[in-house]
Order: sequence, then C-alpha cells, then structure tokens
Amino acid sequence: MKQLLSFIKKEFAHVFRDRKTLVMLFGFPIIQIVLFGFALTNEIKNANIIVVDNAKDQASQQIIDKMEGSKFFKVQKTLMSPSQIDAAFKEGKAKLAVVFPANFNTDLLHLNKASIQVIADASDPNTAVTLTNYVSSIVADYQAQLSPTVSMPYSIQPEVRMLYNPDLKGAPNFVPGVMAMVLLLVCVMMTSVSIVREKEMGTMEILLVSPVKPLMVIIAKAIPYLALSIVNLAVILILSVYALDVPIKGSILLLVGESILLILTALALGLLISTITSSQQSAMFASMLGMMLPTMLLSGYLFPIENMPIVLQVISNIVPARWYYVIVKAVMLKGLGFSAVWKETIILAGMAIFFTALSLRNFKIRLE
Amino acid sequence: METVIKTNKLTKRFDDFVAVDEITFEVHKGEIFGFLGANGAGKTTAMRMLCGLSIPTSGEATVAGFDVFKAPEEIKRNIGYMSQKFSLYEDLSVKENIQFYGGIYGLNNKQIKDKSEELIDRLGLHNEADKLVSSLPLGWKQKLSFSVAIVHTPKIVFLDEPTGGVDPSMRRQFWDLIYDAADKGITIFVTTHYLDEAEYCNRVSIMVDGKIEALDSPAGLRQTYSAANMDEVFYKLARKAKRSDN
Repeated sequence: MKQLLSFIKKEFAHVFRDRKTLVMLFGFPIIQIVLFGFALTNEIKNANIIVVDNAKDQASQQIIDKMEGSKFFKVQKTLMSPSQIDAAFKEGKAKLAVVFPANFNTDLLHLNKASIQVIADASDPNTAVTLTNYVSSIVADYQAQLSPTVSMPYSIQPEVRMLYNPDLKGAPNFVPGVMAMVLLLVCVMMTSVSIVREKEMGTMEILLVSPVKPLMVIIAKAIPYLALSIVNLAVILILSVYALDVPIKGSILLLVGESILLILTALALGLLISTITSSQQSAMFASMLGMMLPTMLLSGYLFPIENMPIVLQVISNIVPARWYYVIVKAVMLKGLGFSAVWKETIILAGMAIFFTALSLRNFKIRLE
Repeated sequence: METVIKTNKLTKRFDDFVAVDEITFEVHKGEIFGFLGANGAGKTTAMRMLCGLSIPTSGEATVAGFDVFKAPEEIKRNIGYMSQKFSLYEDLSVKENIQFYGGIYGLNNKQIKDKSEELIDRLGLHNEADKLVSSLPLGWKQKLSFSVAIVHTPKIVFLDEPTGGVDPSMRRQFWDLIYDAADKGITIFVTTHYLDEAEYCNRVSIMVDGKIEALDSPAGLRQTYSAANMDEVFYKLARKAKRSDN
C-alpha cells in the first residue's frame, strides 16, 4: 500500500509540474464549450435580406413588419431588379431576397391565392434552407392570423413538436460530443504518453527491476488522469447547465457512472497504445489518429451514423464514443434511466475489459 | 566467504544466437566484481538474467540466495540496479526521488526520512535537496542515482556502465561511493568499458563472444597475460572475438 501511495504521489507530481500540459487539459474543455456554445452555431441571427415590395399594400406591409420584428432578419427594403439581386448575392450583401408582386393584396382577397417569390443564396445550402424556412413560417403565421375563423373543409394541420430540444438549439447536441472528446483525449493521450515517457527515459527498466508489480504501475499511472477527468467532467457539466442552459434531465449519478465507464475504457486504450509504441511522439500520434478522428467523425456527433455508407456504419461500432454519445443524450437530454441504456453500457464495459486484458497481456510480455 | 551470486552454465539463447554461453562464476559478499567485455559480448544480457528481467534458457543461477527461475520476486527485493541511462526523474526534486524509490522498496516514513538526510549529507546536496534533478550536473546525477539504487540497503547492487560521459575526477568520486557501499557489506556488480576502472575492482571477469574468458584479480590477470595494465589484458583477449557490435 505504501508502495502504491508513493507511486501515485510521484505521478501527481509529474502532472502538476508540467504546467503547459495542465493548462491544456483544463483549457481544452472550457474553450470547446465556449466555442460551440457561443461562437459556432447553426442558428442564424440577423441575416441580411432584401425585400422588394412591388405591391406596397396592406398585406405586404404586414408581412414585412413581421419579418423586421423577428430576430432572424435585418430587412433592407429596396426596389431591385432580379439582376441587381443577383449582384447583391455575389457581393455577399444579402443571403435572401423576398419579392412581393404588384397586386399582392388584391390577388389574396379576390382570387384567394397570391404568391411571394423567395430567392436564396444556396451556395451555403444549410443557411439557405434555414432562412427560407424562417420566411415560410412567418408567411404561414400571417395566413393563420388573416383567417382564424375561416375553416376550410378537410384541412390537415401538422402540429410539430420538437421534443427534448424545443428551440432546436445547438448546445444540447454538442455537449455530449464535447464530453466524449475531452474525456477520451485526456485519458488516452495522457496515459499512453506518461507510460511511454518512462520507457524513453530508461526509468521503466528500474521499475521492472524493483519489487513493483506491473499492475501497480498501471494503477498508479491511471489514477491521476482518472481524477483529472472527473474534474473535467464536472467543469463541462457545470458550464453546460449554467452557461448554456442545457439541463441534466436524468440522474446525475447515472451520468457520472457512465462517464467513469468511458474514462476506464479510455485509460485501457491509452495503456494499449503505450505497450505498442516506444516514443512519446508516436504515442501522441497514435492517440490523435486512433481516437480523435474516429471520435469526431464516427460517433454520430458531427455526422449522423444512419447517413453513412454501410462500411463506416460497421466501423463506427468499435468507436467507444459512439455508444457513450447515445448514453449521454438519453440520460442528459431525454431524462431516461438505466433501463434505456443498458445495452450501450454493456458494450462499453465489454470494450473496457477487452482493452485492459489485451494491454495487461502486452505489458507483461514487454518485461522479457 | 559467503557467496551472493552463483551461476552454473547459465545460458541465454535468442533463436539461433547464443548471447550468453554457459557462464559459470561466483561473486562473494562485499566484493567489487567487475564485469568486462566488448559491446555485444553478452554483458548486459547476463546482467538482465541475474536481475530477473530476462529468463535464462538453461543453466542455474542463484542471486542473494534465491533461484532466478523460482523466486525472481524475492531477488528483486534484495538487489539494487542502476542503468546506463541513469534512473532519476528529472521533473522531481532530489528529495522526491529519494522518497519515491524508498517508497517503492517498502521503506517506512521514518526510514525514508533518515535515509534522505543521510544521503543528502553524504553527497553534500543540502542546497539542492528541493531543486529539480534536471538542474544538477551529470556527475552529481550519477552519484545521486547510485545512492538511490542502494537506498534500501540491498545485498547486491548491479551497475550497468554507471560512469559514462563524466570526467576522470568525477569518476574517482563516484568510485569513493562504491567503496563506501562495499565497506557496508553491499556487493557491487559493475560493468564498465573504462579499463582504468577495472583496476579498482577486487576481481574482474572478461567476456568474449558470450563466454567468460578470464576471471581473476586485476593483478592476477596482468600476471597471467604478462601485461603492463588492464588495457593490454583486455586487447589480448578481445582480439579473439568474432562478434562485433551488431
């Protein structure tokens, strides 16, 4: 026990002496949260749009008022020709143009049918779709206001409710992703680098000649990073609840428990990398390539897995973050309990056991 | 005389390559035993087998009274080891290094405290005790490294080319520490390629191509090979070598 304590104390000293890495470890999650939460977002606010009002009647004016009133648009009223609109798009002055034809109100009242032309700059398709959706909903809103009592026969009204994230905010989607990425990065990279460093410095040999057991080396190496990761986890959760308004709907205990399971899987992976690499650089490179990329690309966090080619879908099954991402979304956003995520939990636990067994086996072979 | 290392036809084979070929020798308690050989002669492999880092292919060996096949863990508790790359953590202070090694060899807090004081005293490192090892000159690091290797007062300490890269006066100081340890009854098993250092040993063995070609006191070796110094003895023996560096 005294042996283990001395060892753990030494590992903590390594971690705290290396200020640069420490700043990176704690800075990384905060920067990620702040970036995704406030700077990078797919909600669009104050987009420049052009409104060409050829009608100048009551109906067109009311719709324009609604547009100006919304936080999505900054309306510029001009009388532009189609070619001028095109030029404005090319110069990047506007993202969307709305054109009211002459006699808009008259058509609406007498023919019961009028049209509005919506032209979007689709060089950025996501923005174009989002903006046209905003316009459509404003128009639909006006229509409903116009004839609240007139009920058409056989009218179908889809009542859309966006569950778990009614405002379609970006934050609830990326918080679980950031959690997976930060925990994996800290654990896999730091563990592998810290073990490989002992090999590189020649101190591993001394440890192997000493009465220290390999398992003790592994435990002592893992504990500081386990502790750091739990601190990081707490920071992310506090930031997401208080700064980003992403509530934790399910049990915090379950969420923390599942996160510790991911941390253990990551520690085992870091260990595995350390047994197959011999320099700090290659350990870092292997962690980056082996963990960061699959975690970002194949976990369903940036791109939906359902849309991937079948080969990538199969590969995504071996990415631990994929399962963790599902678990966190279920527990954190939907408020589900263990019964909803037991399958994913078993898969993660299986991975943790598999990687630990594999790396323990490799670690012993290296003693020879 | 008490025997602390005893081998009988100890052999290590890697596939077709016989790294260590049936070596048989004894080392006595409190002795400074020099283990010489050109690069690739098999010194390090032999030493690794005695330390329990590598399992012998055949033969017998006991270290500190324990069998290398049956009780490697017992051996580890009774030996110290200092490698070519010295064994200190650069980002820990002098004291922290002593505390760590004391800790993993199972010393209690009182023992560690006493040992630290004694060690820092002996090495004259009072002003450096709380400084990081990375700030010490190489010669001091080596002396500290040796002191740390015997912090748990082992029966035997294995030194693998401990004085590489330092000037002769530093090496002389290092050897003073070795004599101190030997006086306390710690057996020293040292490999070196500085032949003047071989003169400091009580007995010297010279390995050529995996075999021990000669084993005697430095004076005895000089006489046998009618040589003026260890250099000559070594070159007379090493000339026969067929293996080179790789």
